[in-house]
Amino acid sequence: MTTPLPKPIIDLTGITKSFGTFQALKGINATINEGEFFSLLGPSGCGKTTLLRMIAGFESPTDGTIVIAGQDMAGVPANRRPTNMVFQSYAIFPHLSVADNVGYGLKTRKLPKAEIAREVDQALQMVDLGGLGSRAAHELSGGQRQRVALARALVMKPKVVLLDEPLSALDKKLRDQMQVELRQLQQRLGITFILVTHDQEEALTMSDRIAVMFDGRIAQLATPEELYRRPVDRRVASFIGVMNFLDARATGRMNGHLALDIPALGSIELPSAQVPEGLELRNLETIGIRPEMLTILFEGSEQTEHVARGEVTGTAYYGDMTYYSVRLPGHSEDVTISMRNTAGRSIVPPGSEVPVGWGADSIVLFQ
Amino acid sequence: MLTGERRQGLALISPTLLYSLLMLAAPLIMVLTFSFWTQNYLELDTTLTLDNYREAWSKPIYSTLIFRSLKISLIVTLVTVVLAFPIAYYLSFHVKQRKALWLFLITVPFWTSYLLRVFLWKVILGYNGVLNTALKGLGIIEEPLTFLLYNANAVVLTLAHAWAPFAILPIFVALEKIDRSLLEAAEDLGDGPVRRFFRITLPLAMPGVVASTLIVLIPTVGDFITPKLVGGTDGLMIANMIQIQFGKANNAPLGAALALSSMLIVASISAVIFLLGKRFGGKVQ
Repeated sequence: MTTPLPKPIIDLTGITKSFGTFQALKGINATINEGEFFSLLGPSGCGKTTLLRMIAGFESPTDGTIVIAGQDMAGVPANRRPTNMVFQSYAIFPHLSVADNVGYGLKTRKLPKAEIAREVDQALQMVDLGGLGSRAAHELSGGQRQRVALARALVMKPKVVLLDEPLSALDKKLRDQMQVELRQLQQRLGITFILVTHDQEEALTMSDRIAVMFDGRIAQLATPEELYRRPVDRRVASFIGVMNFLDARATGRMNGHLALDIPALGSIELPSAQVPEGLELRNLETIGIRPEMLTILFEGSEQTEHVARGEVTGTAYYGDMTYYSVRLPGHSEDVTISMRNTAGRSIVPPGSEVPVGWGADSIVLFQ
Repeated sequence: MLTGERRQGLALISPTLLYSLLMLAAPLIMVLTFSFWTQNYLELDTTLTLDNYREAWSKPIYSTLIFRSLKISLIVTLVTVVLAFPIAYYLSFHVKQRKALWLFLITVPFWTSYLLRVFLWKVILGYNGVLNTALKGLGIIEEPLTFLLYNANAVVLTLAHAWAPFAILPIFVALEKIDRSLLEAAEDLGDGPVRRFFRITLPLAMPGVVASTLIVLIPTVGDFITPKLVGGTDGLMIANMIQIQFGKANNAPLGAALALSSMLIVASISAVIFLLGKRFGGKVQ
């Protein structure tokens, strides 16, 4: 099976934005492809919302170009762009009914009434709000408002749908449900979605690709899996999931392998495929390892490549998982180890000495 | 049975309630009673009669005056609200810093008494007033303009100026309450600035516009100082006639009937404006 070459729909080149002396964006370059679910992920103040608002046309870049569907967007106002936005506050017009909200943009396009009604009905069906068209905006629940905002954007058949933290106002359960629905809807329609979020889990579960942003720059642009497995630096690594950082030193390169000394775990050799390009061995001070890549070995557990010894200092029980804090010799901070709870295995009490298994392939090196 | 909370609430409002009953309802009832009596020179005939209302609604002088009052007030209201809207809009949407200072400045005219402000317009518009002298000095006119003062135009101008802050503030508050993301959403859905204004901004500002309209309209219909000072003879309004009936003419019952009649008319016009505003503003919560 061959995958068709991705067609770019949005091209961002050298985008900067200054508010007075504050530089919100410091040179953004990215290409977003047609039909892609793309997320801008980062802590608040990283510039992700500013970037989204620029694509929508509510802000203009200080420098750089935005090309959407082959057209330079410089000087094109928001009402003439092939994008539609789902606002964080949903921005449902309070003086209009649900149907009038959804049909708002179609009315601007001067479509005949019957056609507007049909399109609105379809859009409401699509977001599971069929039959609620005559409701007043204030009679809706938070989840329903979110769906109306989505229908209002989708009914315009935009090339790109922009979503500004659309799930942040919903409670956890509804949020999880909407994540799945949004993703399914996007895949069914094949429209490009750009999502702004500070919730790494949201970005990981929904996106095709994620741009992780810090301080006005894209730190890493990759697929969720790559981002989780090969974060480029410590900041990305700790923002996406949990990461244990351990002191390490490169002791040399031998026949395609990198020799590492990790005081807390021992000495190992890594195949060079695992070493990121351009890594300066002299600067190597830290390695990362995810909690689920460390295992507490029980009797009868599968053998692992390497075994270190540690002492359990604390446990946190999550039902399906237990998170252990474990002290390893030669390392000041405790590492976190996550273990799936299985039948007949009790939780190891703090104070116990345990063997900790790990594999060299789970070691993450940073640039 | 009253619950403790309700009793407490009633206790809290009762002084104010009593006071307003005394100061508002009692005079109103007195006026209402008067309007059904008859004045016989120095005595009051307290037999109930509708004669005062018959006179008030049939004599042309009164209907002329009430129509003129309504016309002047409606023009004043229109001028005031139409001029107030851009100011409120500018304040709300374009003033980023020192909003409080701007609001403060708008209230500056209130620092002098209403009477003084009316006199000020006399000074500006008068025969040898500021405007005429200036125009003459500039050589634009040779004889002073006489249509400036002592007519209905002068009343409109003076009242519109006096009531401007009352019109600006409610509209400003309504505009401030509009969630700015609604405007962005409208733009995002294809509206240019003009369409967006008429589809979102204005309907959502409607409660403020209606409030301004009523705040200006209702008191100006009953105003008697301004018409008396700058209105001349063809600028007199119904309130002047009511004042005359209670005073010089010594016919309080007729004055009362005129007052209640104009109150009724103003109330019905206000109701119509309120309902129209509600319809245009849609189902605003």
